[in-house]
Amino acid sequence: MNQVKRIVSRNAVPILFAIVCLLGVYYAQMPGQFLLMVIVKRMARNSFLVLSLIIPVVAGMGLNFGIVLGALAGQIALILSTHWEWAGIGGLALTALLATPMAVLFGVLAGMVLNKAKGREMITGMVMGFFANGVYQFIFLFLVGTLIPFDNPALRISTSPGLRNTVNLSRLRGALDNIWTVQYGFTKIPIVTFLVIALLALAIWAFFKTKLGQDFRAVGQDRHISSVAGIQTDRNRVLAIVFSTVLAAWGQIIFLQNIGTLNTYNSHEQVGTFAIAALLIGGASVTRATIGQALTGAFLFHLLFVVSPSAGQAIFGSAQVGEYFRVFVAYGIIAISLALHAWRGKSLAKASMEEDVSA
Amino acid sequence: MKGRLIKAYHGFGLPRLIISIFLLALIIVAAGTELRVAGLLSDALVRIGQNGIYVLAMVPSIQAGAGLNFGLPLGVIAGMVGVLVAMENSLLGFAGFAVALLVAIPLGVIAGYLYSLLLNRVAGQEMMVGTYVGFSVVAGMCIFWLMAPFRNPALIWPVGGQGLRVTLTLADTFGGTLNNFLSFKMFGFAVPTGLLLFYALLAFLLWLFLRSKPGVAMEVVGRNPRFAVASGLNINAYRSVGITLSTVLAAIGYVVYAQSFGFAQLYNGPLMTAFPAVAAVLIGGASTREAKVRHAIIGVVLFQTLLTVAMPVTNQLIEGNISEIARVIVSNGMILYALTRVTGGEQA
Amino acid sequence: MSVPVLEMKKISKSFYGTQVLKDIDLKVNAGEIHCLVGENGAGKSTLMNILFGMSVITGTGGYGGDILINGSHVAFDSPKAAIGAGIGMVHQEFMLLPGFTVTENIKLNREVTKPNPFSKILGKKLETLDRKQMAVDSRTALDKLGMNIEEWVTVAGLPVGYLQFVEIAREIDKQNLQLLVLDEPTAVLTESEAEQFLAVVRRLAQTGISILFITHRLDEVMAVADNITILKDGELVRSGPTDSFTIAQIAELMVGRKIDTSGRIGIERTQEKKNKVLEIRDLRVDMPGERLRGIDLDVYEGEILGIGGLAGHGKIALANGIMGLYMSRGQVRYQGSEVSLNNPRKALDIAFVSEDRRGVGLVLEDSIANNIVLTSMQTQDKFLKPGPLKLKDQKQITAHALESIERFDIRCTGPDQIVRRLSGGNQQKVCIARAFTQNPRLFFVSEPTRGIDVGAKSRVLELIVELNRLGVTVVITSSELAELRSISDRIAIIYEGTLSGILPPDAPDVEYGLLMAGKSLEEVGVRERATN
Repeated sequence: MNQVKRIVSRNAVPILFAIVCLLGVYYAQMPGQFLLMVIVKRMARNSFLVLSLIIPVVAGMGLNFGIVLGALAGQIALILSTHWEWAGIGGLALTALLATPMAVLFGVLAGMVLNKAKGREMITGMVMGFFANGVYQFIFLFLVGTLIPFDNPALRISTSPGLRNTVNLSRLRGALDNIWTVQYGFTKIPIVTFLVIALLALAIWAFFKTKLGQDFRAVGQDRHISSVAGIQTDRNRVLAIVFSTVLAAWGQIIFLQNIGTLNTYNSHEQVGTFAIAALLIGGASVTRATIGQALTGAFLFHLLFVVSPSAGQAIFGSAQVGEYFRVFVAYGIIAISLALHAWRGKSLAKASMEEDVSA
Repeated sequence: MKGRLIKAYHGFGLPRLIISIFLLALIIVAAGTELRVAGLLSDALVRIGQNGIYVLAMVPSIQAGAGLNFGLPLGVIAGMVGVLVAMENSLLGFAGFAVALLVAIPLGVIAGYLYSLLLNRVAGQEMMVGTYVGFSVVAGMCIFWLMAPFRNPALIWPVGGQGLRVTLTLADTFGGTLNNFLSFKMFGFAVPTGLLLFYALLAFLLWLFLRSKPGVAMEVVGRNPRFAVASGLNINAYRSVGITLSTVLAAIGYVVYAQSFGFAQLYNGPLMTAFPAVAAVLIGGASTREAKVRHAIIGVVLFQTLLTVAMPVTNQLIEGNISEIARVIVSNGMILYALTRVTGGEQA
Repeated sequence: MSVPVLEMKKISKSFYGTQVLKDIDLKVNAGEIHCLVGENGAGKSTLMNILFGMSVITGTGGYGGDILINGSHVAFDSPKAAIGAGIGMVHQEFMLLPGFTVTENIKLNREVTKPNPFSKILGKKLETLDRKQMAVDSRTALDKLGMNIEEWVTVAGLPVGYLQFVEIAREIDKQNLQLLVLDEPTAVLTESEAEQFLAVVRRLAQTGISILFITHRLDEVMAVADNITILKDGELVRSGPTDSFTIAQIAELMVGRKIDTSGRIGIERTQEKKNKVLEIRDLRVDMPGERLRGIDLDVYEGEILGIGGLAGHGKIALANGIMGLYMSRGQVRYQGSEVSLNNPRKALDIAFVSEDRRGVGLVLEDSIANNIVLTSMQTQDKFLKPGPLKLKDQKQITAHALESIERFDIRCTGPDQIVRRLSGGNQQKVCIARAFTQNPRLFFVSEPTRGIDVGAKSRVLELIVELNRLGVTVVITSSELAELRSISDRIAIIYEGTLSGILPPDAPDVEYGLLMAGKSLEEVGVRERATN
């Protein structure tokens, strides 16, 4: 019984959300086949992004709100690859390759900025994300087509500056997903995509068995002690962010090839919030994240996302309520995790105090 | 002489320098073009008064040691409820404005106090927690606006008969009341006297508070909590004072903003309200640990004037509405700069 | 005669003109346990920092003298160099990662790795950890200590007493270890744990590793050391084999110094017992590094009570606990009525000058004037304009500040100068000015002359006596015994969190030494003195 108690308390959050999801599923009354199809699709396109958040958490950088920078790198690569009319899986692979140096650059810059804001990494990452988004919009909404000559009718509207709001990714759509699919009822399971996700999970698992991974773990626990032991903490932190940013770039590419259209100015906006909320719902925290938590969280979050409007309609008579509810959940779980993280830090100190005074 | 120049430069700060020079350049360009500088100036004055109180709200939060108040939306929402109550009852002119304040302020006090209880438990991470608490409350309020017991047909969706619309106009209630109060025209540009007087009044009251015994205590708590404890001050109590004051100012700020802007934007409207206010106070010379009323004033003047002047000027060069993007880039750039400075006494 | 593992010859060190070490000689042979003894400020840490190549030494002009390892001259410019030469050090603060296992901590940044296909392309850092081998190595190191600790346990789960052993295991695992430096290792251990520790130390020495053991516990020194070196005020007092010392001698040599020529400036009083201003019963204070474990003490009206003792033993925590800066338990009665601890509402007429001048004693970013008046304004409603608004009276504040600057001779550019810019001595005068401004009945002052130049030191002490002359009861805590002896009526010595004893200022050095080393006077056969 004690064993069960321990498992429940350690996984309280995902269990709670599982219950909420079950309620949502019940009220939503969506046909099972449909639900399955949507969930498989969402897991396929979002899991990679959620997994990319793990490394910074372990390295002590907290939740990487700056993941948006990686998404932007991926998007820029996609814009270019559309312009150059790359197609198929080959084109997709090239796009990922194109995104990589950009993502590395963004990651290095981000890591350096974060090193200057130690103790405030998360809010700095968040603000960096907004800032980068602003610069991105400035370039693609204003400079492209005016100061930066760019004349592709598929991407531009001739009468106004900047790129079109939506870019059709027809040549790359499904390039990864459709290589090998297995049909199950209404659901088309993209096997290769899931293999890629599994590969990433494996790579992360293997990474933490290497020396570099061990160094990340050490730095994540205590910068000072690691530094005294001779580990280069600043460099390792930057590296952790670079990894995360590159993975986010690839993740965004996978995401967009599934959707098939690029919303030039919006696709990336909620990337950070949703991916982080998903990770936290899976039971992760600011200081601890595992592969299992990432995948569980992705599943639960997207399940909730899908059933909320219908459940809202059933319970409150308004689908809108459901939509707002799911956004509220996303923000809320992040707020709670952040608060717990801060509070736990304080109360640990307090607890050790009290037991010593009585000694 | 050179030493003094360097010292002045450091005191002024690189970002403020950049922004001031940029602003100056824009004004010169504007004057050189066909634009009516007078018109720009009156726009700037309105925007300063309209946004100024939000920036004032940052000062007590910073001084009490809770950092930049990213949870500003909480106060804004209290203000929104006040405005909605006035609109629901179709109150006109100053009656509407006054009732809105009368509802907003107590709500702001309650919200601020509860918020301060939370922040007191998360010392060191106030900015991050505040941001997401603010976001959550905005999202939660979206549900509230949808289901709220408002009946005035001017406010709710025509179909279905329930739930507030997204954008509501104040034109037929108390929009412009304060702005137009005692307003006058001078050399071709209009001065929104009522607005500016009200802003000045609040700035003065805040300044007065910071010179009083509790205000001084609050500042000590923010600057050196351990010193404060040794002097017998209750840290959490004074932090609560600062945070509550900040939230109340935000609530008042919203009522003023809504009547000036003429529209109430519900649902996701208040989501990012904190960011420009945070940036403005930083531009004015504040840091994450120290802010004076004059920082708030200088900051909002610089920032809002920049935004007002920037748009039409850049429109001449680049087509499109650059104002929003400029605001995002300048705000977040400024905040990023402030976050990456290691102020004295902060640990690595 | 074999070559000593370590020989330090005529080591000297100055920090910006102040000499902290002068001509220190130290010799340690293979397999020897050598204890380094001395008060705080005697120079032990500095000596070890020199040995270990720490940047605080290399970055401030290096050191004078020679260091020889196995007879060859060396000059370490970094800890890495010292480690490379076979010197290991276990610091006082724990350097263990709580989330890692014992093995992972032992092998921190020295993990055993195996190549894999990726590491061949991308670099050595991607080699896989060879956990099996790491566990084997760790087990070996732990066995050498004779410790029954499982190598796969997470450090967070270990009792505090075991942590030191893990650190030592880490040092032993470094293959070429010749000399192990242990800095106050038993400070946090219980008696039985300390016994275990000493057994381990002996066992290590038998394997040929030399041990340099820094400690205050004279019992342990006598029990385990082969040789002892005593430092005092940066100079070598005596060095020799253990059997040439008695505990009493060590104690005396550690603290004895000529009382400085300025003599006693305290007031001579008649011996009548007065009222008790403060009654302390079983006070426990949790100040990290300075825990008090139950103090009983009375403070009499109008006296100057000195609180002394070695660093880390808790003397600093007394004032801090009563002033509410750290969690405390026990009973404290002030003027007969109970004081609630851990509560920010203080009695209005207790003034406090903290040992942490910059952290607690001042608001660094604020002006001199504000620092002087802040506490009085808040606790006594002084310096406010009349009326309900309670606005501060800037005129009054400035006037008082100017007065204080004059009276206490605070060197500054004016009352509005930011306190951060003042020298240590002047900052301290601001703190004292604040205390005077409060017109207190009771005054706690800790480490009043720390970090202050000689000229200002005596001035500060005079000010304290002046305050006492006005009728204020003073409790002064200080690491400098001479300072306490020059102004106190009685001096209480704190050892390991409890009261060791109370002595008059003119008691002989040996008695002070013994109390500070935890030996009660009867134990060592000293004639009982009439105290308190």
